[in-house]
Amino acid sequence: MAAAAASLQYALHGVGAASASAKPRSAAPGRSVRVAAAAAAAARRSGGLAVRARGGVMVARAAASADAAAESKSGGHEVLLFEALREALIEEMKEDPTVCVFGEDVGHYGGSYKVTKGLAEMFGDLRVLDTPIAENSFTGMGVGAAMKGLRPIVEGMNMGFLLLAYNQISNNCGMLHYTSGGQFKIPIVIRGPGGVGRQLGAEHSQRLESYFQSIPGLQMVACSTPYNAKGLMKAAIRSENPVVLFEHVLLYNLKEKIPDEEYICCLEEAEMVRPGEHVTILTYSRMRYHVMQAAKTLVNKGYDPEVIDIRSLKPFDLHTIGNSIKKTHRVLIVEECMRTGGIGASLRSAIIDNFWDYLDAPIMCLSSQDVPTPYAATLEDATVVQPAQIVAAVEQICQ
Amino acid sequence: MAAASSFTAAAKFLAPVAARSGGDYKAPLPLPASASVRPGRKTAPRLRTALAVSSDVLSGNKAAPAAAARSAVTREEALELYEDMVLGRIFEDMCAQMYYRGKMFGFVHLYNGQEAVSTGFIKLLNQADCVVSTYRDHVHALSKGVPARSVMAELFGKATGCCRGQGGSMHMFSEPHNLLGGFAFIGEGIPVATGAAFAAKYRHEVLKQSSPDGLDVTLAFFGDGTCNNGQFFECLNMAQLWKLPIVFVVENNLWAIGMSHLRATSDPEIYKKGPAFGMPGVHVDGMDVLKVREVAKEAIERARRGEGPTLVECETYRFRGHSLADPDELRKPDEKSHYAARDPITALKKYIIEQNLATESELKSIEKKIDDVVEEAVEFADASPLPPRSQLLENVFSDPKGFGIGPDGKYRCEDPLFTQGTAQV
Repeated sequence: MAAAAASLQYALHGVGAASASAKPRSAAPGRSVRVAAAAAAAARRSGGLAVRARGGVMVARAAASADAAAESKSGGHEVLLFEALREALIEEMKEDPTVCVFGEDVGHYGGSYKVTKGLAEMFGDLRVLDTPIAENSFTGMGVGAAMKGLRPIVEGMNMGFLLLAYNQISNNCGMLHYTSGGQFKIPIVIRGPGGVGRQLGAEHSQRLESYFQSIPGLQMVACSTPYNAKGLMKAAIRSENPVVLFEHVLLYNLKEKIPDEEYICCLEEAEMVRPGEHVTILTYSRMRYHVMQAAKTLVNKGYDPEVIDIRSLKPFDLHTIGNSIKKTHRVLIVEECMRTGGIGASLRSAIIDNFWDYLDAPIMCLSSQDVPTPYAATLEDATVVQPAQIVAAVEQICQ
Repeated sequence: MAAASSFTAAAKFLAPVAARSGGDYKAPLPLPASASVRPGRKTAPRLRTALAVSSDVLSGNKAAPAAAARSAVTREEALELYEDMVLGRIFEDMCAQMYYRGKMFGFVHLYNGQEAVSTGFIKLLNQADCVVSTYRDHVHALSKGVPARSVMAELFGKATGCCRGQGGSMHMFSEPHNLLGGFAFIGEGIPVATGAAFAAKYRHEVLKQSSPDGLDVTLAFFGDGTCNNGQFFECLNMAQLWKLPIVFVVENNLWAIGMSHLRATSDPEIYKKGPAFGMPGVHVDGMDVLKVREVAKEAIERARRGEGPTLVECETYRFRGHSLADPDELRKPDEKSHYAARDPITALKKYIIEQNLATESELKSIEKKIDDVVEEAVEFADASPLPPRSQLLENVFSDPKGFGIGPDGKYRCEDPLFTQGTAQV
C-alpha cells in the first residue's frame, strides 16, 4: 500500500509544496542516540508489559484495502480524486434508484469541483437536484427524504456553508433516529470540499470536523486518495447511518491508479500509509501529504516513522491506532483542524484513556493555529502545520 | 376552476374585533379590491385567497365574499370530527393533570383551543400521507391515529411509548402512521416535511411507484412565530418550484410565547405570503372545523393531483399558556374570553345538534367513550415499565457499527456491555 500512496502525483499546486526546504528546528540526533533512547525506554517498562503485541497482524486489515489498488486484476485505471468520487456516485446511483444528490450547482453546472459532472444528464434533474441557495432547508429536505426511503447525498458547495445547516445536521441527521425510538433511519451522506485551500480566506477555509464531532449519531470520514475517496463514498452511501464525508479542496486533482473492479472501503477503519517502528504519526486528509514529505526527511535522518491515515474521524479506529502505539510507544498527531476542541484533542484523549501504559513519551499534537485562516500566503502557511514542524516534533518525541 | 370556487365558497368575513393584548395594531388603509385576491402566477392554479373569520389579523373592514354555508358533512363525518376533537381536548387536559401530579416532566405544550386545525386537516389524510409537527404535537399524533396510550406512555417516559421513551413530549414519531415528528426548534420541521413531499414526488416520477389516488401528501404544521423564520420562506420557494405535494398549515394562535404576532410581523396576513411564491394562500377561521376541513380538502386534493403546495393560515387560539411552565399573565382576560366563547368543540356540537346530525346524548356517549380511552391510556402508561438501561445505546445509530472499533479489534457493539447499555462509548 505504500506503493499506492507513493504513486500519487501531486497534480495540484499547493499539495505538498514547501517541505523541501524544511529545516529541523533542533539538531538531528544520530540514529544510535535514538536507538539508545528506545532501549532505555524499553528497560523502564515493567515486565508485565512485555506480553504486549508488537505490531504483527496490526496492519493486515488496514493494509488490505490499499493493497487491492495495486493488485487490480485488470490493471486498474488512473483517475483524479474528483473523478473517483464521481465514479462512486455513478456506480451507486446505477445500483440503487433511491440514491440521489441535492446541492447548489450539482446538476447542470456539474458541481463546483465537478464531482457531479454529467450526472444530471445521466440520471435526470430529480435525482441530481439543483437547489436554491438555502443550506439549512435543503439539508433538512435530505433528512425528510431519507426518512421516507431515499438515500440522499447532500453537497455543501463549500464545506463551510454547511454551518448554515448545522441545526439540521445536529438535531435531525444526528439525533432523529434516537428520538424516534429507532423508527426512522437517516441514511444520508453530507459531503463537500473543505479545509484550508490556497488563499481562499477565512470563511472558505474551514475544518468543520471539530464542529461536528460531538454530534451523537453521526459518523465522519475524511478521504485523502482517489482510492479511498471512491471506497469511502460508496461505503457512506450504503451506510444506514448519517455520514459526513470530508473532501479537501487541494486534493481533488490527485491522480492514482484504482482497480477496475468494484471495491468498497470500511467506514470505521484507519489506513496504514507507511509502516514503521519508531513513532506513530496519526493524520488525515491533506496533512497526510505533509506528513509523508516529512517522513522522507525523517528517513534520511535515520528515523522509521509509522504513518496512519485515521480516515474515520468519528469513531476512531482504536484497534489500528492502538496496535501501532503498542509497537512504537510514541505518538504524534498532525491535523489541519483547529487546536481547541479539534480532532487531535479528542484523539489524544482517546489514546490517553486507552493506551496510557504503552506510551513512553508525551503525545504531541500539531494542529492549525487557533486563528481565522488569513488570506495572505505567508500567514496562511503559518496557520497550518508544515512538514518542517513535523520533522522537528518527531525529533523531539524520539529524543 | 372548481378549485377556486371551492376556496371562495369557504370564505366568510366577520368584522375584526378591536386590537387586544397584542398592542395597537392599526389596520392599513383599505387595499384595492384586487389586492385581497392574489392568484398565483400564470402557471399556478388560479386559486383565490379566501377571507374567513379574522379577529386580529386581516386588514381593514373590507367587503368580502358573502358568507357561504359550511359544506355539509354526513352524520358519520360529523361524529368522527367531534370524537377526534374531544379526544384532543380531554387528552391534553389529562396531560395537565398528570404534569402537576409529577407523572411527566420537562416542557409540555398543550393544544387546547386549536383542535379544529388538527382534526380539520389530518382526518382527511390516508395512512401513507405524512404529518410533520412541532413541539405542540400530541394532538397531531392522535389525529393521525397514534393510539392515546402510546402517546401518554411516551409522555410518562415509559418503554411502551411511541418512541420508547426516547423522544418525549416534543418529539413524537410514529413510522406506521407516517408521523415524522415532533420538531422542537422553530421552523426545522418545514424542510423535513418538504423532503418527505419530495420523496413522494420521487417515488412517483423516478421509482414509478404511483398509488392510484395520486401522490402521497405531507402536511407541515407550524405557528405564526415560525413565519418570520427563513426556513419557512426557503421551503415555500422550493415546494412551489418543484410542485411538491405539501400543504403548509399555519396555526396562527396570535402568540409566539409572549410575542404578539402583531408586534413581530411586518405584514400579519400570513396567507398573503403564499401568492408571493406563486402558490395559493388561504386564510380560514381556525376555530371552525368545518371551514378548516373545506379548505383542507381542496389543498390536499391539489397536492395529491400534483398541482403543488398551498399555504393555509388558520387563525386560532390556544386556551392555555405556551407550555405548562408559562404563567400566561401577558394575554388579557378579554382576549381569552373572546376566544373561549368561540370554542371549536362547542361550536361543532351546536352545529351537529342544530343540523339534527346527532342528539346531545349521542355526543355525551362519545365524550364518555373518550374519557375511558384517556383513562385507560393513563393506566397503561402508569403500569408500563421504565426503559431498561440496556436501551441506552440502542438507536443511536441504525447500524451500531457507528460506535466504532475498540482497542481489541472488535466493534464496540459486539461488547456484551454494549447490549447491557453500560459500555463507555
